[in-house]
Amino acid sequence: MARISITVDGVRYDDDVEPRTLLVYHLREQLGKVGTVVGCDTSNCGACTVLMSDPDGRLVGVKSCAVLAVQADGRQVVTIEGLAGPDNTLHPVQKAFHERHALQCGFCTPGMIMAAVDLLTDNPDPSDAQIREGLEGNLCRCTGYQNIVRAVRDAARDLREAGRSAAPAAPTPLAGEDETPDSGLPREQVPDEVIPQPVP
Amino acid sequence: MTVTAEVGAPRRRKEDARLITGRTMWTENITLPGMLHLAILRSPMAHARITRIDCAPALGQPGVVAAFSGRDVADVQGSLPCAWLVTEDIVHPDHPPLAVDEVRHVGEAVAVVAARSRAAALDALAAVEVDYEPLPVVLDLEQALAEGADLVHADKGTNRSYDWVFDSGAAGTGGSVDEALASAEVVIRRRYRQQRLIPAFMEPRSVVVDPTGDQYSIWSATQIPHILRFLVSVVTGTPEQKVRVVAPDVGGGFGGKLQVTPEELICFVAARRLGKPVKYTESRADSLVSAHHGRDMIQDLELAARRDGTVLGLKVHLTANMGAYLGLVTPGIPLLGAFMYNGIYKFPAYRFECTGVFTNTVITDAYRGAGRPEATYAIERLMDELAVELNLDPIEVRRRNWIRAEEFPFTTVAGLTYDSGDYAAATDRALALLGYDELRREQAQRREAGDPVQLGIGVSTYTEMCGLAPSRVLGSLRYGAGGWESAMVRVLPTGKVEVVTGTSPHGQGHETAWSQIVADELGVPFDDVEVLHGDTRSSYKGLDTYGSRSLAVGGIALYQACQKVVEKAKPIAARLLECDPADLEFTGGRFQVRGHPDGGKTIADCSLAVFTSHDLPDGVEPTLDADAVYDPVNFSFPHGSHLCAVEVDTQTGRVDVRSYVAVDDVGKAVNPLIVEGQVHGGVVQGIAQALFEEAVYDGDGNLLSGTFVDYTLPSAADLPDLVTDRTESPAPGHPLGAKGVGEAGTIAATPAVVNAVVDALRHRGVSDIQMPCTPERVWQALQSASRSDQQGGGS
Repeated sequence: MARISITVDGVRYDDDVEPRTLLVYHLREQLGKVGTVVGCDTSNCGACTVLMSDPDGRLVGVKSCAVLAVQADGRQVVTIEGLAGPDNTLHPVQKAFHERHALQCGFCTPGMIMAAVDLLTDNPDPSDAQIREGLEGNLCRCTGYQNIVRAVRDAARDLREAGRSAAPAAPTPLAGEDETPDSGLPREQVPDEVIPQPVP
Repeated sequence: MTVTAEVGAPRRRKEDARLITGRTMWTENITLPGMLHLAILRSPMAHARITRIDCAPALGQPGVVAAFSGRDVADVQGSLPCAWLVTEDIVHPDHPPLAVDEVRHVGEAVAVVAARSRAAALDALAAVEVDYEPLPVVLDLEQALAEGADLVHADKGTNRSYDWVFDSGAAGTGGSVDEALASAEVVIRRRYRQQRLIPAFMEPRSVVVDPTGDQYSIWSATQIPHILRFLVSVVTGTPEQKVRVVAPDVGGGFGGKLQVTPEELICFVAARRLGKPVKYTESRADSLVSAHHGRDMIQDLELAARRDGTVLGLKVHLTANMGAYLGLVTPGIPLLGAFMYNGIYKFPAYRFECTGVFTNTVITDAYRGAGRPEATYAIERLMDELAVELNLDPIEVRRRNWIRAEEFPFTTVAGLTYDSGDYAAATDRALALLGYDELRREQAQRREAGDPVQLGIGVSTYTEMCGLAPSRVLGSLRYGAGGWESAMVRVLPTGKVEVVTGTSPHGQGHETAWSQIVADELGVPFDDVEVLHGDTRSSYKGLDTYGSRSLAVGGIALYQACQKVVEKAKPIAARLLECDPADLEFTGGRFQVRGHPDGGKTIADCSLAVFTSHDLPDGVEPTLDADAVYDPVNFSFPHGSHLCAVEVDTQTGRVDVRSYVAVDDVGKAVNPLIVEGQVHGGVVQGIAQALFEEAVYDGDGNLLSGTFVDYTLPSAADLPDLVTDRTESPAPGHPLGAKGVGEAGTIAATPAVVNAVVDALRHRGVSDIQMPCTPERVWQALQSASRSDQQGGGS
């Protein structure tokens, strides 16, 4: 067993893991972050995409089935469950996916949204071709990708108009209270200890 | 009708809230106290006798609680069901969930390990000892049917499962196709191969079975919770009331989850044996090698026509690969196409023969379109070949044969009555959107200039049958169930509404569309409607979701249930308004005294009055709840015209879809946003068959395309922006005029793309390319065409 400490969606978790444990299974089975899913075993489908901080602290998209949990030791991870902003509103990419009907069964959606956030962080004003190439590592079987491309295009525009980066704001353990039913305690009732603390 | 107009509006989906925030309830998310994880050992051999199997070594591994093989559970595991035995004398072998004495395809389950963690179960699989004695492997469909062929099931004495024939002369729906062929001025003979495909839903299948409590609870990533409950009960002898099935959020199906799987029964048997909850979630590799595949047929076709382009008849012989066993509806899949080979055309003679064949491959079964894409491919490819033979434009040859708008309802040579449509309107719209004439000019210029990148234009004018299905028709085809659908509407005391539907969505947006229908019919806000589905405790009656049936059949049941609620509320509203029920009308969500548009009472007012029941009229039952079961009297027949322009690099064989136009007529759209999404996804699956996907076995029966590296689903970067539009011929049999859209794109797209690829290379002597039209296949087709051209020139 190896001792690791990962900050996921703003909350620090210290755990003992088998060295062979993949990050995605650590997220799902040990931390209960079941919003991130597994769609294949060859890193082709991208359903498990999350953001993870690189050594410089910059969040980049990774396929969490291709990262060992021990490799995430000391890093920040943002999953689909932590993407909504501290003001409990949906991230512009989430909002655009809804508005544009960019999902059907929704299984690829967590990974697709995280990949789109990663793409827009790198390139705030992509062409359609750049969006298509940027999402090449994420498979969807329902939508034919058309509405996904439209949604990413809309999100890019909204982000530019708002003058903000696609990178998620300060992570929050709660997703959009107003947006989703049963999404947890209202913000003001959240006990202090689960409010995200800066990583030492 | 009411003043709110939800139906027809592009409502954003209710489902999205949980899906975009990661709060979805996938089966794999379920963890129960004491739950054991199953891992399944699968056969590495395509055909072999199991001479020895020993699970004992696995029992000593860390965390392992149990391990057993097919022999250990042979008397309790039952045989997997086939619900569609298409002929009286069909050969139908036993299909044990865990192989007992013999394995008949790579990936067949042979043993199971139950352990305290997924990893421990997977680790222990390696300790199970199995000795196989190889048997001859049967893979080729024609060799399988030859005299003296090796056999998949030695005890059956044949690899032939069934022969099924439809003949318009014998059925009285048309003339003799042999006479048509004899008298034809032109006969087009072709052999097409529908390659094997894999549905490849994104969510791997997952099953949880909990044997504790007073019912067996089964959570499964399935399209068919109701059928699964019935068949688990029948197969295992468990009283039906003791089985509960839940399909939670299900991540896609495309027919691939229209199955009662070995894994579901293995989990059930394991949970019953161990007395503990168990879970099995397949890996993608397991899924590709063991979940059912689709298509895989040889089509031998003869089209008879006159030189003016009039089609006189069509003869079809299908050789259809069943795989090693018969799945839930395996034998019936080709037959769903039997009634569609005539497409949108009105020729007078037709014969369809199908031979089902066993091979040492995983079973085939439903995959989006199921029989109809194959039929549409055949007729639409043939119409292009006829056009070439007669030097006609492909649109023109279709125009000369299709059913005209004023001829509906039209009874076809296959005996179906097409309900409504306007093929000319859809085609004209598609031609305009594509810029057909302009592209033909560009094509001519490129040919003239000898451009290495050639342009091709493909046409597909399709129809399909949706709304499976009238129960009597299913009965006449020997299907083992009916085709009705059910809906219940429950009005809560606060006026909120719960809808319980027998359909089982897995991406189709029923929660949204059903809410729209209820909002209009009962005059309640869209957000006040909750749609419950997929749990046999709340939704005990239903036939689930496949065959573009949910709105076309289930939508009518829901509409009828709403009408009953209004009828029940009427005497209560009359009491509240102190008037005679006969003086009331229900309009804009309110009961009002005729001629008095002010005031009135809503369904919510009535539901509160029912809840209190303080002052109901004598004899009025204190409830507004109503249910309805609807059995359709006919199929519905959406249609459309899809046009595709491709650029083919003649030096590399690479095909790029440059533009794609889909004009579909699906009747009235309840939610145009969802309709468009269905078309997008369907078209891309059709393009994928044409250009990208194929399940390939090697000569020993190993699946070569066993990962997503090798089974190549298209990514966003492989695809063009699609242009979609609709024409609208309301379904005459549907109160909302809706027809169904789930499979349309997949049915239409494949021939449109292949016709375009062939069209690009026709002047180079290419008249067919085997799907998928990969760069290698296209390049090879060009090489062999130029070789035969040189030989032809030399003689």
